[in-house]
Amino acid sequence: MSEWRYWFNSQRGTLLALAIFLLMFAIYIANHPAIANNGYTVQGVGNVLQTAANKGILLALIAIAQTFVVLTAGIDLSVGMIFVLCNVVASFVVVTNLGAPLGFNLGPVAGPAVGIVIVLLVGIACGALNGAIVIFGRLQPIVATIATSAVFFGIALWMRPQPGATPEFAKALGKAMLTKYWGVLPASMVFLVIVIVLLWIPYRRSVLGRATYAVGSSEAAAYMSGMPIRSAKFLAYVWSGFFSGLGGLYITFVTSSGQADQAAAGTYTLNSIAAVVLGGVSLFGGRGSAVGAVFGAFAFLTIKDLMFVLNVDPLYQPLLQGIVLLIAVSIGSARLFQVRNRLELFG
Amino acid sequence: MTDQTTTAPVRLPLRQRLDVPVVTAFVCIILLLVVGSIYSTNFLSPEYLLQQLKVGAFLGIIATGMMLVILLGQIDLSVPWTITVGAMMASAATAYGPMGEVAAIPFGILCGLLIGLLNGVAVAYLRIPSMIITLAVNAVAQGLMVAYSGGFSPQDSASSAMKFIGAQSTLGIPHAVIVWIVVGAFAVFLLTRTTFGRAVYGIGNKESAAYLSGVPTQRVVVAAFALCGALAAFSGVLLAGYAGKAAQSMGDAYLLPAIAAVVLGGTSILGGRGSYLGTIAGVILITLLQSILSVMQIAEFGRQIIYGVIIVAMLLLYGRDKKLR
Repeated sequence: MSEWRYWFNSQRGTLLALAIFLLMFAIYIANHPAIANNGYTVQGVGNVLQTAANKGILLALIAIAQTFVVLTAGIDLSVGMIFVLCNVVASFVVVTNLGAPLGFNLGPVAGPAVGIVIVLLVGIACGALNGAIVIFGRLQPIVATIATSAVFFGIALWMRPQPGATPEFAKALGKAMLTKYWGVLPASMVFLVIVIVLLWIPYRRSVLGRATYAVGSSEAAAYMSGMPIRSAKFLAYVWSGFFSGLGGLYITFVTSSGQADQAAAGTYTLNSIAAVVLGGVSLFGGRGSAVGAVFGAFAFLTIKDLMFVLNVDPLYQPLLQGIVLLIAVSIGSARLFQVRNRLELFG
Repeated sequence: MTDQTTTAPVRLPLRQRLDVPVVTAFVCIILLLVVGSIYSTNFLSPEYLLQQLKVGAFLGIIATGMMLVILLGQIDLSVPWTITVGAMMASAATAYGPMGEVAAIPFGILCGLLIGLLNGVAVAYLRIPSMIITLAVNAVAQGLMVAYSGGFSPQDSASSAMKFIGAQSTLGIPHAVIVWIVVGAFAVFLLTRTTFGRAVYGIGNKESAAYLSGVPTQRVVVAAFALCGALAAFSGVLLAGYAGKAAQSMGDAYLLPAIAAVVLGGTSILGGRGSYLGTIAGVILITLLQSILSVMQIAEFGRQIIYGVIIVAMLLLYGRDKKLR
């Protein structure tokens, strides 16, 4: 029985985020105009779920990306820019006639498949660059990723000085990734579950995954214990780039176009930090999980949707969202009540 | 003895007396000017240099506050909307007759001070990581400004006093530069000649040690954040005077350059180490870099790439952490 308590204790952040999200989402569904007017029809609920899921998966993927780095007690301020860069790249390469200008046409099946691989490789390369600078250059992650995100933005701007759509974009694929099954199950959520089950859980249980947590808890102790700390940290940045790239790919499915949007990159980066914090991932490293970050991302987005259906004056929505965020991050300071010696405060 | 400020009056060898980051940053500034002057002789004209100092003064005042917070080992991400709050509130006060005109600048700074106080109390007493709480406070400040300005068309033009210190100049010297010199002198005095400054370095090195040495660490942290907020808002007031009016998101372009300027000047992002001279060098370096890249008519994408590469390259020269052993 007592093992349950340990499990519960280690998953507390994740469970809290899940509870907050479920509560808010239930209120959201109950007050949504489409459902309030027509009752709980399969079509109505399905549409609401589909819209929420397709918006949620973007931030969820970026939040997973941020989680990997935050677990090592670092921070990646370039996730938003990698996301934007991969969006721009995807708008060029995920097309039904890839290679046509060069004389070979891969066609509507192989073309997008190769395109997706290219996009993810770009994401991985960006993450590897961050990792190399932070681990082998020994720079602080916060400044290193600020600088690299300027470089990523420059490349995105070079490829697309103006926002633009590609007529040959693989729209059928985009549609398939955003559809819903049996009327209620959004494809994007199926995709998200597959990603977590196939990528996050095996990694979490591998030696490198454990080393990621160990580095975040205490780098010196992990080093003394002979953990592969450099590979673990490097891999965390690579995973971060990969998942940001996945997010960039997904927004291209939604918009079928690419845009070097600096403001969007900044918003996604800041929201990813908010999402991981709401999801119970400690910014000091070593605590939390990608699953928690996903629920944190959903909860963060539901705040916005909730204010929309509750008819809050749009002028006050940013303020209320800020106050909710402020309260949410202040919850963590409840541990102050357990402090017996003031020296414990300084950690 | 890693702390430069505690150097005893013993004559050290030249290598150790020179602050490597500061020297490197100034060498880079000279290199930039040489490269610029090869391109066009205008780069060495006093008018151009003073113009750059004026543009740099706004960033310099923000970076002064940011440096105080970074020296503590914290960070202030609420700077963008604190700048905007300062600018918008000062402009708003201007609308209330002659009294408002007088109170405009102090009122703008006071609003920034309050935002900084909120950050400081949350970091020092509630122990919320500064990166999160300042992010949330930034969102709240943004929400407040949207709520304030969206409902009706607010008074947004700067008062004549704001225009006087933000945009005008005497004998060719822009007033903004004079303000930066005053702020800078105050910062140098604060950091090197007061117990407050010594406490800031101490907390940045190890807060528990500073606490055990009798430093009221929590109050020092609150004061540093409050100063950072006030300086950001002051810079917003100047910017509003410079542009003639306040605008939403006018502060967004200043957060990352401010952090970059402080770090390029050799201040450790982990806190406890750094000199104000370095921050001056960092601010001038970033201002010149942006200016020269745009004068050379390099496309925006090229500017971004060069900007990022230069920051990484310079930090690789002298900003590296110690190897883990």
